[in-house]
Amino acid sequence: MSQYTTDFAQIDEYDSGGITVISQDNPKNYVFSNMYEVAAKSGANERVAVAKNFEYAIESMRAEGTSPWYTAAHDEFAVAMDYPVTVEFVKLDDPDAVVDPESEGAHLIDGDPVGEKMGYVKLSRGHMAMLPVGSAYRFVANKAATVMIQTIDGPVTQHKWAQFCKQ
Amino acid sequence: MAMKETAENGEISNPRGLPLEAHFVTNPADNVTGYKSFEAGKFKFRRDEYFAYIETPKGTHTMSVDVFLRALMRDVAWGFFYGTVNFDQVFGTTNYYGEVDMFYGALNEAYAAEGQDYVERFKSDELMDIFKGMISDWTIEGFDPFAAPRETGTPWGTKNGDNDDAVSRQRVTARRMVGLPGDTPVRTDENGYPVNVMFDDVDQDQPEVHAEPGYEHEVQAFNLFGYLSRSDVTWNPSVCSVVKDSLFCPTSEEYILPVEHGNDRCEWFIQLSDQITWNIKDGETGRPKAVVHMKAGDVACMPANIRHQGFSPKRSMLLVWENGSPKIPELIRDGKAPNVAVNF
Repeated sequence: MSQYTTDFAQIDEYDSGGITVISQDNPKNYVFSNMYEVAAKSGANERVAVAKNFEYAIESMRAEGTSPWYTAAHDEFAVAMDYPVTVEFVKLDDPDAVVDPESEGAHLIDGDPVGEKMGYVKLSRGHMAMLPVGSAYRFVANKAATVMIQTIDGPVTQHKWAQFCKQ
Repeated sequence: MAMKETAENGEISNPRGLPLEAHFVTNPADNVTGYKSFEAGKFKFRRDEYFAYIETPKGTHTMSVDVFLRALMRDVAWGFFYGTVNFDQVFGTTNYYGEVDMFYGALNEAYAAEGQDYVERFKSDELMDIFKGMISDWTIEGFDPFAAPRETGTPWGTKNGDNDDAVSRQRVTARRMVGLPGDTPVRTDENGYPVNVMFDDVDQDQPEVHAEPGYEHEVQAFNLFGYLSRSDVTWNPSVCSVVKDSLFCPTSEEYILPVEHGNDRCEWFIQLSDQITWNIKDGETGRPKAVVHMKAGDVACMPANIRHQGFSPKRSMLLVWENGSPKIPELIRDGKAPNVAVNF
């Protein structure tokens, strides 16, 4: 038995730190939030930005049930942050017809994607999956789970900074 | 190091208007200590059994050699990194991406106010050669400046061998994602990356990957937390996944970040496990501004006008998120890069 315990958090058990201002500073400058709290207080399969750097974004997603299908004109990456999540993939027959190849961020697909099944991955806490360009993907989670997504700010990205960030 | 960046249009910012210095010397080993001394411009570096000494025309700065070597190791490994690497409150480097300023007191309010500061400018690769020679010669057998203090020996004493295997580690820079065919491999016992004792409760199972025939190269996943639990270095962000210029640079942290990193752009931290406390100071003056305490799942942005130093009481997993766009140095030079990432 190890003398050490690694502290992780999950959507139903998290504890956030905080900011102590010493002088001439504003807590809002740190855009400080907790991704589990964001997921816990989001609707099913909402993708909420928790970090943004120019056009790039990191989203906290509450994966719950079966999500809509998404696609993007670039790679994205997803990390299961607490509970199991399955990601299913379809190779789009004509990805440029589904999403502008110059566009950024994830886009919703209306209905089911047209293409060949690529397979699926079953993720547990800490597992990262590639969401490859040219594919459609969706998440399946039997219980609410937190997924962190490395992406670009796009049409499905929600911005709720004032709701979740320390002020 | 997490650097992906090169200057986009070849124009290098030089806010102090400094000429490039080209004087570099590696002196023979000292008869008493056995260590070589080094010169870059008018900066002179020497060490003895306990201390590193940095001589400049404005004065000599003394640092404990363990602190100096841990900081020097990061500056070398990170290729001068983004912005400023403060070895301590007095000495450091500022990266202009192709050229670098080396300073004494320039980012210390008292030194600068009294005119006791001194700065010279170098081509990055030339100064890097001197720094690499220094880290190689001054790191003795048994001391690993990348390791947490409990994991390594000490740097004290006269010259006694080297540890070039440790100080010349190759940084991890995945091109797309760790574990993809032809990309950076996952870490295993077999390839020399055992699980760190502080992470021996971290699940090592790999994800289930069910790829249809022909899609094995695209349907890919790996155990990121397991990968981080096997890191043999601390405070050394490495690229694990890439979305254009968006770089996920997770790292394992323990004890104290050996430098105060002065941002020239916004930088995001996502605490994946355990906790880190960050002391935040003004980037120009070093005045304390705030303390940011992060627990698992916390997300915070370091503004572009601060310096920060982290304290991790237990080995923890931190995702450092960088934007390596080559457009950013130009935006910084033109004052168009924001200090704060999000306004709300």
